[in-house]
Amino acid sequence: MNVPLTWIKDYVDIEDLGLEELAKVMTMVGLEVDEIHLVGMPKPAGEKHEFKYTGLSWPKDKFIVAQVDEVMPHPNADRLVLCRLNDGDEEIIVLTGAPNLYDYRGKGPLEKPLKVAYAREGAVLYDGHEPGRKLTTLKRMKIRGVDSFSMICSEKELGISDEHEGVILLDDDAPTGTPLVDYMGDAVLSVDTLPNMVRDACMLGVAREISAATGKPLSYPDDQIQMTGKSLAGRIDLKIQDPELNPRFVLGMIEGIAIQPSPYWIRRRLNLAGMRPINCVVDATNYVMLELGQPLHAFDYDSLVARAGGETPTIITRTAKQGETLVTLDDIERTLDPEMELVTDTAGPLSIAGVMGGEESEVGGSSENILLEGASWNFINVRKTVSKLKLNSEAGYRFSRGIHPAMSEKGVRLCLKRMQEWGGGVIAEGLVDKYPNPQVDPVVALSASWVNDSLGTALKPGEIAEILSRLEFECDIDGDVITTKTPSHRVDIHDGIIGRADLLEEVSRIYGYDRIPARRLNQPLPPQKVDQLMLMEDKLRELLVDLGLQELVAYRMTAPEREARRFPPDDMATEVAYLEIQNPITVERRVMRRSILATLLEIIEYNCSLSNRLVLFEIGPVFHPITGKQLPEEKMMLSIGLTGLREMPSWQGDQPTTMDFYDMKGVIEGMMSGLHIDEVQYRAATHPSFHPGKSAEVLIGDDIVGVMGELHPLVKANYEMAEPPVYAAEFELEPLLKAGRILFDVEAVPTYPPVLEDLAVVVDEDITADRVEEVIKKGGGETLAKVQLFDIYRGKQLGESKKSLAFNLTYIAPDRTLTDKEVLKVRNKIIRLLNEELDAELRS
Amino acid sequence: MAEKEQAIEKLEQIKSTALAALVEVSREEDLEAWRVAHLGRSSAVMGVFSSMGKMDKDLRPLMGKAANEVRQALESALEEKQGVLAEQALKKALATEQLDVTLPGRPVTRGRLHPLTQVLGRITRIFGDMGFQVYRSPEVETDDYNFTYLNMPPYHPARDMWDTFYTKTDGVLLRTHTSPGQIHVMREHAPEPIRAILPGATMRYEQLSARSEIEFAQVEVLVVGEKVTFAEMKGTLEDFAKRLFGEDARLRLRASHFPFTEPSAEMDVGCFVCGGTGCPVCKETGWLEILGCGMVHPVVLEYGGYDPEVYSGFAAGMGIDRSTLMRYRIDDIRHFRNNDIRFLKQF
Ligand SMILES: [Zn+2]
Repeated sequence: MNVPLTWIKDYVDIEDLGLEELAKVMTMVGLEVDEIHLVGMPKPAGEKHEFKYTGLSWPKDKFIVAQVDEVMPHPNADRLVLCRLNDGDEEIIVLTGAPNLYDYRGKGPLEKPLKVAYAREGAVLYDGHEPGRKLTTLKRMKIRGVDSFSMICSEKELGISDEHEGVILLDDDAPTGTPLVDYMGDAVLSVDTLPNMVRDACMLGVAREISAATGKPLSYPDDQIQMTGKSLAGRIDLKIQDPELNPRFVLGMIEGIAIQPSPYWIRRRLNLAGMRPINCVVDATNYVMLELGQPLHAFDYDSLVARAGGETPTIITRTAKQGETLVTLDDIERTLDPEMELVTDTAGPLSIAGVMGGEESEVGGSSENILLEGASWNFINVRKTVSKLKLNSEAGYRFSRGIHPAMSEKGVRLCLKRMQEWGGGVIAEGLVDKYPNPQVDPVVALSASWVNDSLGTALKPGEIAEILSRLEFECDIDGDVITTKTPSHRVDIHDGIIGRADLLEEVSRIYGYDRIPARRLNQPLPPQKVDQLMLMEDKLRELLVDLGLQELVAYRMTAPEREARRFPPDDMATEVAYLEIQNPITVERRVMRRSILATLLEIIEYNCSLSNRLVLFEIGPVFHPITGKQLPEEKMMLSIGLTGLREMPSWQGDQPTTMDFYDMKGVIEGMMSGLHIDEVQYRAATHPSFHPGKSAEVLIGDDIVGVMGELHPLVKANYEMAEPPVYAAEFELEPLLKAGRILFDVEAVPTYPPVLEDLAVVVDEDITADRVEEVIKKGGGETLAKVQLFDIYRGKQLGESKKSLAFNLTYIAPDRTLTDKEVLKVRNKIIRLLNEELDAELRS
Repeated sequence: MAEKEQAIEKLEQIKSTALAALVEVSREEDLEAWRVAHLGRSSAVMGVFSSMGKMDKDLRPLMGKAANEVRQALESALEEKQGVLAEQALKKALATEQLDVTLPGRPVTRGRLHPLTQVLGRITRIFGDMGFQVYRSPEVETDDYNFTYLNMPPYHPARDMWDTFYTKTDGVLLRTHTSPGQIHVMREHAPEPIRAILPGATMRYEQLSARSEIEFAQVEVLVVGEKVTFAEMKGTLEDFAKRLFGEDARLRLRASHFPFTEPSAEMDVGCFVCGGTGCPVCKETGWLEILGCGMVHPVVLEYGGYDPEVYSGFAAGMGIDRSTLMRYRIDDIRHFRNNDIRFLKQF
């Protein structure tokens, strides 16, 4: 909301509170000031400001209230006039092309001088002819043979609005010779209104908060009106069909009003507040809405009579009938549904309740008699209507957050007064007021000790009552207990314990959060529980980083066809169930992902042209809908991806090699040993995403926990990937974390020296390395501490389908130095077993 | 006697010849050849020893001593020469073995945590020190957990504060904040006291741009107990913020509104980009919003299984992406989830 400073000053005296200080006070109590837009006022002195300032200042010596005493034709130009202007000091001839001065041209000295905003030579203002807001400096020049060095300003040039059709004509009482900033300089504070503070979406509301925070008194606008016209009774009938939806409806009337422009200062205020001035009737409804927060609606009474066929019109509030339509003020035909509350008459809908009026009963230039509506609507109903029609309006904004029914009557009275002030006419005697569903203003009792226990303060009952009174709560103090009655402009205060919390917020906010002490937690430390899986997950993350991998954090939202790319083209199972998003931002992100592998492959695709070495991992959830369950299963997964160079190339010219299956296996082995998981097995396996000969299932015990391998060439072809093969792995996190151990056995460091030797055996090609290792271990027994494969050799001299595997063997005994004889005995046993079980020969 | 003098003279000659030859040696590798020639088995001085048998018996001891002296003299001359040459060689080597120290080192590749995980880790550790425990709650939630249990019944105006992704499953949505986790933790713990933090991903319906993201990380803080005060909230969050942003960080709490807390506040920290003088990052205010917080609303306590007449608490929520973005002056929030390796490897 845009809050002009001068408007606030109508209700609270803030003269001694600088602009910066005022904005700070507002921000601290919850009216966050986003920006301060200067419209004439100077930027506060000092280097440091806590707000963003925009706009234009009007120096006192450059911008003056002046009067035009005569408008004369220009000798050489039809579209220009010469004004004989008095700026209080001297008389000057000023050249202007403003069309709104043409009428005065050649009429001789004006009986009633025109009051204008005058800018002198050297003034900096906005260029009226340039689009947007571009600063320019007034310089002396000749226009069509006439000297020009100063200017009569338009609203655009002064930064009041974008209006540049004519110059500003000030109200007649504007004092000639006064600096313009003193007469109408302003600053507009742009305020973020919190959803629960719609009571402050008006000038009086903002002023009330300032008054409460500063202790300066609040003064209400005078709404005493003279109802001298004919009684309204009998001239309009009113029926409320559903008091739940329409708790109150108030009508008033003014007759014989002239539909004319409002005074200039009103138009300027509306402009600054962000509303376009229209005419005195519409302006009055908007002005009072901005003033009190109560939206109002003006009907042309005569058109209602016409719709009633000359009979007494009847206003009926009811929900729409199926298929009913209404052309709203914005000239759009709206189709209404039976949940939408309407204001109608016997001829049909007049307006969408609390949202927008209809075109037909709109006040026009020829209207004379105005029927004014002030009503209260169910905020949930208005809210639904606004969202269904996607129709945003100032009224809808306020009603959909809740307006107190007491405001209906206050709004109507004040608005009738404003209309009369600005357009004349006679106010009809009495209001038609139906209030079938009165608001009960909660009475809440709270004790000072409870307030202090909640805040950590030491406030006295009197201090608490004083704060609440400033917000217009009626307070009674009885000992420690303050009983409060909610003021009749608020609908956000509840009964009972919630009401106490509501009041606690009011007390603390106005007292000032900066005055509440800061203390460390006093309550006992809750039982400290260890989430073993979370602990292991952190460990795993660190482990993978230690293994040289880069962590990823990825989007959860994707599309089924994107995920299908992880399968070969003729194996794309797209018919799986996804958790679908109802309102996706793009079709590319319309479901929650099912596969962490698919995410990984996309990230590799994105990066493979950017780096010749990628070593990546992600830990995150995938989402699997489960039949019969409302929520999907969120399964935590781990993905690992490797591709490209084993090491980064260096200038020393060693040729780096590309990574292969065993680099991936090394990472996984490193991970498993880091988690202290033994019993890991790798089993050749087929998986549609992977190369059938270069992939494996990873098992812990008997359970498959993951899959790893080289990406299937047909899958790789689905992505724009670089040449080197891509290796990927996918694990379910939970079994991995559950198998991991925080505590494990530490083996004693050997005291006696080990005996090291090599053993090379020739076996058939189809015997796997781990099988050979197993037999060696069996033969070696306890003495054999370690077996490590260090070479695989194939060659003619070994014979067809034979290979030689060479191992480093480490023998050790915990309690003595092994003798050659002992080692030989073990070695021979190993060789014998290898021969018996695998038909292996010792390689000579 | 002549024989003796002759022999002595011969020894002197052997010595001077050998020493003269040693002077000529200028390379370390030539020393061995000199040693073979002048101290080796077939060298002249060794020849004297072997010819000793033919000498007069009386002369033998004298000659033996003299020859030994020559041999020792040559040996120590060799040793000295060795030292000199080694020193020369080292000097030369040191003078010539000049590396271009500006050449890059051999690349060592290291792993990294994602920047968001790093920041989250810092936050988790700070709260961990204060006795807070980490919990995780689902990213896909029911409307009840995301809104209703947090004091936002259907059509509540505050629901507008969160632009929500709904799913095609009735009543199921992508959580817009980590606050539903409050209810999960409370229901698990009631009536025990709670000090918990809940990090996690959240999703909001926004147009993707350099400044707005549809997925982002948040941390929720929750304390529940008997007589937990606003002052304790202020103290705890200030302690936290000072550890995260530095002892000297300027902090302020200002009034705000969240449906699930009352009173509610926003905590600002003095802008760490401009130091408080105003810049585009802090929108010229000198302040950056870092977290929202407040005393847990009675309705929320009740939904969580705590009697609001007995228990109170406070909660806070902070966005990780935005504060990380501001901290490192990152130009585009989408970098975090694009996983461009050129971005990630800077952290
Ligand atoms: Zn800044």
